[in-house]
Order: sequence, then C-alpha cells, then structure tokens
Amino acid sequence: MNIDSIKNGVVIDHIKAGKSMEIYYQLELDKLDCTVAIIKNVHSKKMGLKDIIKIDSEMQVDLDALGYIDSDVTVNIIKDGVLSEKKHLTLPTQIKDVLKCRNPRCITTTEQDLPHIFRLTDPATKTYRCIYCESKAK
Amino acid sequence: MRSLIDILSLSTDEIDELIAKAEDIIANPEKYREKCKYKKLATLFFEPSTRTRLSFEAAMYELGGQVLGFSQADSSSAAKGESVADTARTVSCYADIIAMRHPKEGAPLVASMASSVPIINAGDGGHNHPTQTLTDLLTIKREKGRLNNLTVGFCGDLKFGRTVHSLIEALSRYSGIEFVLISPDELQLPGYLKKGILSSDNLKYTETTDLEAVMPSLDILYMTRVQRERFFNEEDYLRLKDSYILTPEKLVNAKEDLAILHPLPRVNEIHTSVDSDPRACYFRQVLNGKYIRMALILKLLEVE
Repeated sequence: MNIDSIKNGVVIDHIKAGKSMEIYYQLELDKLDCTVAIIKNVHSKKMGLKDIIKIDSEMQVDLDALGYIDSDVTVNIIKDGVLSEKKHLTLPTQIKDVLKCRNPRCITTTEQDLPHIFRLTDPATKTYRCIYCESKAK
Repeated sequence: MRSLIDILSLSTDEIDELIAKAEDIIANPEKYREKCKYKKLATLFFEPSTRTRLSFEAAMYELGGQVLGFSQADSSSAAKGESVADTARTVSCYADIIAMRHPKEGAPLVASMASSVPIINAGDGGHNHPTQTLTDLLTIKREKGRLNNLTVGFCGDLKFGRTVHSLIEALSRYSGIEFVLISPDELQLPGYLKKGILSSDNLKYTETTDLEAVMPSLDILYMTRVQRERFFNEEDYLRLKDSYILTPEKLVNAKEDLAILHPLPRVNEIHTSVDSDPRACYFRQVLNGKYIRMALILKLLEVE
C-alpha cells in the first residue's frame, strides 16, 4: 500500500498497534483541514505490529498528551521532504486537559472553567493523580 | 506568600517550629495580644462548622486582629454562581489572610492559586484538614512530651476519616511510631495508605477489630466518629455507627498515661462517663486547636 510522503509535516511513528485512533482524537487531528493518514497494523521488526500517523501540516503536537497515551512513540518533524528532528517521548510529569477527574466530590465537577490537571505520582505504575482532590486517574 | 493546603507541604522542622510557637503562646499569652493588630482574617465557610470557624476567629481575636466572613454558602456570592477563584481574588482585597472550608475537594487549592493573600485550608470535603492535624500533633506533644517512639491506636472509621489519614501521614515522618488500626472490616484504612505509606516506609502497623485486646499497648488512642455524611447508603451507616463505644470498663487495662484524643464532634463513640478520666484529652485538644491556629496565622503572616 502506498501513502504519499509528506513535504512539511509530522510523522508519529512506533505507535502501539490499535492506539492510533485514540491519539487521532486526543490531538484533535479530526479538526484539521490538511491530509492526515492513519496507517494501522504496519509490520515492524521491533514491535511486531505498529500504527503510524502522518500529518501533512507543520502543526505543534501536544507532546505531553502524546507521552501520556504512549510514551514509546517517536515524533518525526519533516521539513522540505527531509527529517529535520526526531523526538523521543517520556512520561510527562503533568498533563493538562487530557483526562477529566471522575471524583464527584472534586472541585472540577462544579467549576467548569478549571483546567483538569493530573500529576505523575508514581512513574513505575504510571499513576497520575488529580492536583485538586488527589484522586487516581482512571 | 505561602498558603497551607495540605499538611505534607509542611516539613517536620516547620511543624516542630509551629508547635514550639504554640507552646510559647500558651506560656506567654500577653506577648501575643497585639501581634496582629490591624490585620484581618476572612473566614469563608461554604459549609457549616462550629468548632473550626470559632477556633480560627478566637485565634485571630487573641492575636489582636479582626475577623470578617460568612458561615454558609447561601449567604455568600457563591449562591449567585461566583467561582471559588473569583471569591478568593475579591476577598483578598479586604483581608490579610483567609481560612476556607468548602465541601468540594481541592477548592482551597484553587483559591490559593488566585488569591494575593495566604489561604488556610479549613477542610475540603473528605480530603484535607491540615489544622486539625496540627491540633492533634500539638496535643500529642503536650500530653506525651514527644512525637516519636509512640504506639498510636486509631479506632472507628479509618476508611473515610480524613483526620486519621492526615495524622497517619504526618506521624509516619517521625521515628519509632507504631500504628494500631482498629476498625470493622468495612471501615479499614484504604489500601493506598497502607501500601503507599505504611508499607513503603517499613513502619510497624497492625490491624484488628478488637479494641480491648490492643488497649494495654497503646500510648495514644485516637477515636473517631462514623460520619453519616460520608455514606451513600443509610443502611451501611446504621449497621456500622455503633461499632466501638469507649467506656470506663474498656479502659481498665489501658496504660496510666494513655492519651485519648478525638477530633470531635462525638456522637456516642466515647461515653460521657469517660470525660472525667484524666486520660481524656479531647477538650484540651479543642483548646490546643486555637493555639496552633494562632501560631499558624503568625507564621503565614510572617509576624515574628
């Protein structure tokens, strides 16, 4: 299957197979006017199967949101048809408006304008807690 | 400018410093009578509380300061839909320091992000209540002369009791503390506290349902009320509310210098006949609450 290479844009590679749609919506790629290709179940020597997203636009990717969903992905920035930068992600220490706090007693349930912020409290178990009520992210 | 939202934001050195200040206030009250002259404390209580609000107000008056505020949400602009952040921004134009109680968890943190004056969390739902923990620590220090090398029993609702959680977190930072957790199976200390604090710090703790069996080992007995407002199910509340009732008979095998604490209000978990026992510290604990809040107000206002 051929997918045209992009001239100026972003390639999100090494996505765990099946995770590409979650990333597509979390990064709000559905709202872009440019070409976006989601390539699923690509054979990979390292991963077995992987997904890839190609975005034909020089957009700023929310690396924190991406790192939370899948910190093993790589983000390739393409300029004038060549790879200009390769970013490896890590688990972000804080994420903003990626998740919503589900604790009905949390202040974010009544104050709609507050940003939903979660802090990484245990990298080993990838545990994030709401900064307001300290409830665990689900 | 600093606020107090969570007890763990204070180091043990800072807690020790606050306790020392409170003890100095108790010994020399006249020295502090005008320390906060011309300063104003706003008490923003979005849900009713007699003890905590009056304690804050008495503390500020005893420092020579003044008090303004409200004691329920329907007499505040929150009833008109104002946000916590806007209320804090507004009130910080009128007062030098704010004590806030709110039913929603995290509301005082939101206020502290918007306010230009220090915020003291006076209780946010079932979450934090740091000045109660400071009160408990001052009481333990005054009754036992130390905050280390103690066997501390917590009895009653250890699942929902925020005062229990905060005091365990605070005491776990002192050396030689052994915890005895006494509760019905349904109201045991949450797993995240057992795993996160007690196990990870290799602290000694035991869990039991039998208060009388562990009574002789205790230096401190921290009783709690089973709180109706924390239950979604009335049936569960009624079944568990009378699990432990402390009576003089149950204290027969207790140490002579045991200290019995309770954050109050009590319902029936400590029989009134225990009140005259010199080991009952809970009303002295109330008084300590005022002194530690005086020390805290001085610290946050940076008054020497």
